[in-house]
Amino acid sequence: MRGIPVSQGYCIGKALVLDTAERWIPKRTVPPEHVAHEQDLVRRAFEAATEEIRQEREQARARVGGDVVADILGGHEAILRDPKLVMQVLEVIADKQYSAAFATNLVMLRYQRRFEAADFLRDRVRDLVDIKRRVVRHIVGETRQELAELSEPVIIIAHDLTPSQTAGLERTDKVLGFATDLGGATSHTAIVARGLGLPAVVGLDNISSAVTPGDRLILDGTHGVVIIEPDEAQVAEYRAQEARRDVMIRSLEELRDLPAETRDGVCVDLHANLEFPDELDACTRRGASGVGLFRTEFMFLRGGPDPNEEEQFQVYRQVAERMEGKPVVIRTVDLGADKYPQHRNWEPEPNPFLGLRSIRYCLRHREIFWPQLRAILRASIHGNIRIMFPLITRLMELRQANYLLRLAMEELEEEGFEVRTNIPVGVMIETPSAALCAADLAREASFFSIGTNDLIQYTLAVDRTNERVASLYSAHDPAVLRLLRMIIRQAGRQKVGVSLCGEMAGDPVSTMLLLGLGLRNLSMATGRIPEIKKMIRSISMSEAQKVARRVLGLETEREVVNYLREETRRILPDVV
Amino acid sequence: MPTTPNTCERDAEIINEQGLHARPVMRIVDLAGRFRCRITLSNGSVSADADSAMSMMLLEAAKGTRLRIVATGDDAEEAVAALVQLIADKFNED
Repeated sequence: MRGIPVSQGYCIGKALVLDTAERWIPKRTVPPEHVAHEQDLVRRAFEAATEEIRQEREQARARVGGDVVADILGGHEAILRDPKLVMQVLEVIADKQYSAAFATNLVMLRYQRRFEAADFLRDRVRDLVDIKRRVVRHIVGETRQELAELSEPVIIIAHDLTPSQTAGLERTDKVLGFATDLGGATSHTAIVARGLGLPAVVGLDNISSAVTPGDRLILDGTHGVVIIEPDEAQVAEYRAQEARRDVMIRSLEELRDLPAETRDGVCVDLHANLEFPDELDACTRRGASGVGLFRTEFMFLRGGPDPNEEEQFQVYRQVAERMEGKPVVIRTVDLGADKYPQHRNWEPEPNPFLGLRSIRYCLRHREIFWPQLRAILRASIHGNIRIMFPLITRLMELRQANYLLRLAMEELEEEGFEVRTNIPVGVMIETPSAALCAADLAREASFFSIGTNDLIQYTLAVDRTNERVASLYSAHDPAVLRLLRMIIRQAGRQKVGVSLCGEMAGDPVSTMLLLGLGLRNLSMATGRIPEIKKMIRSISMSEAQKVARRVLGLETEREVVNYLREETRRILPDVV
Repeated sequence: MPTTPNTCERDAEIINEQGLHARPVMRIVDLAGRFRCRITLSNGSVSADADSAMSMMLLEAAKGTRLRIVATGDDAEEAVAALVQLIADKFNED
């Protein structure tokens, strides 16, 4: 099957298919020896769902006016306890070898149709849908649980990987790669896979129904190919390619202990962008000299209650300690837009990218922001921690956030906690307004980090996940480059450190440009570090500056890209 | 010596406003669970076990429907009496 390659590399392994309770459940069959297992899943899911409802009923009855809800739930419970219902699902699995989720869905759907046909019962269809979702959620949850208990690593297959699903996949050493039906080059799956250095193919259309759990697969993330149940010849060919790639990776790894220094001796700090603490090992293995962006959303997207201050503190401390004095930039929660937390009954916004997200959400919802600030401050004495606020669009936002930070510091000190009061506070420059006011922001922050992914979208007014206009999204558009120059210049004037943490940082074609514009700190997915280091060690700063000057004089994005590709090819031909 | 199973049968009319919807069905399931005998309800064409909420809902027993209650087992009489009472009490709803 062919799809879009989004993360290089190959892997050969068994498929694990992830369902999501929220969406349409694809028809899936299981091999005969799995039937008993699927039936067990169903039994346990019904039991768990029943128990869950029982608890919810109790909670409802304890509330004022909760009796109505308790009664509705009681009706659901009665249905879940219906022995005939469970038996029908088990029979479908035995007869047709359908998966637990699909069989449950099918049986419930049949009842739904019968209810729809009866005047008396039509209003109850919603209840059936609700019950069905609840049970499937437990079936799906069990599968996630199984991932943690797997004995061998697997290839994850899904319709689409949402942030909450990947956040739940914390035992990532059990994962060999990803393949999804949907998605594009900049989808969430792509970003996670690249961050973990695992191969991934997206946009395969219907792989989640074409693959049977347990199927052996070859996943080729470099060419965008998935082979289901390969023959021995294909396996041999891929193993040979894997061996060649290993050799190449090893040569890049030799770079690990070498400094990221240009030929004329200018040092550049290469940091890593992390999504999970799990990536810390990869981070040090690839030679990152710090964590330029520690994303904290994963803790809120796992499902279950939000992490409290103590839990967050443990995570931040662990990261700080593992980095052994190297800087770690912790970004406060950046939820909203495409990282929509499903478990929180938010009302969908018509324009999430322009809506209540990120720092705006935090300033409005102190109950989320406050524990995080406290947790980061408490962790600050355990390493070299810096705090960064995302999506600051105006000076007032920075002032408000700083004010809350000071308040948190005071409170902690009164409680006897030791805190690093001079913790560096930075701002992510991701919007035109922040770029245009960089001078003012620089006076009240210790450092900037340029988030080009969003900066490009807001500046060019393009949604990179919208296939109709995604081709207009480009880091090399002259408008974006002029803003970069403005930001870097203002930062330099105010003696404020500036870094770049968008995907542009990990693109070797942009390296000369970025260095030439004045950047000395880049933060990227760990997998990209060796290649960028190689690039840096192959150029001189004077060359980079020449390239940057030339680029700023070009009028169109096409010219910029062609020129940069040409210059990069001359230095490192196999990179482009 | 085999004994003939103890069976008890009674008819009852659904008199509560909303008929045999989810809440009454839940009450029946709970009530039936207290007895050892097997209980079925029937509307003349469709039959349902009293432990199967789905089947009972599919009886589509709106207000005014007459149901036949059949119980088989030791405590059949008590079960049927209790059920008839529950229905007559309008499931403690209206």
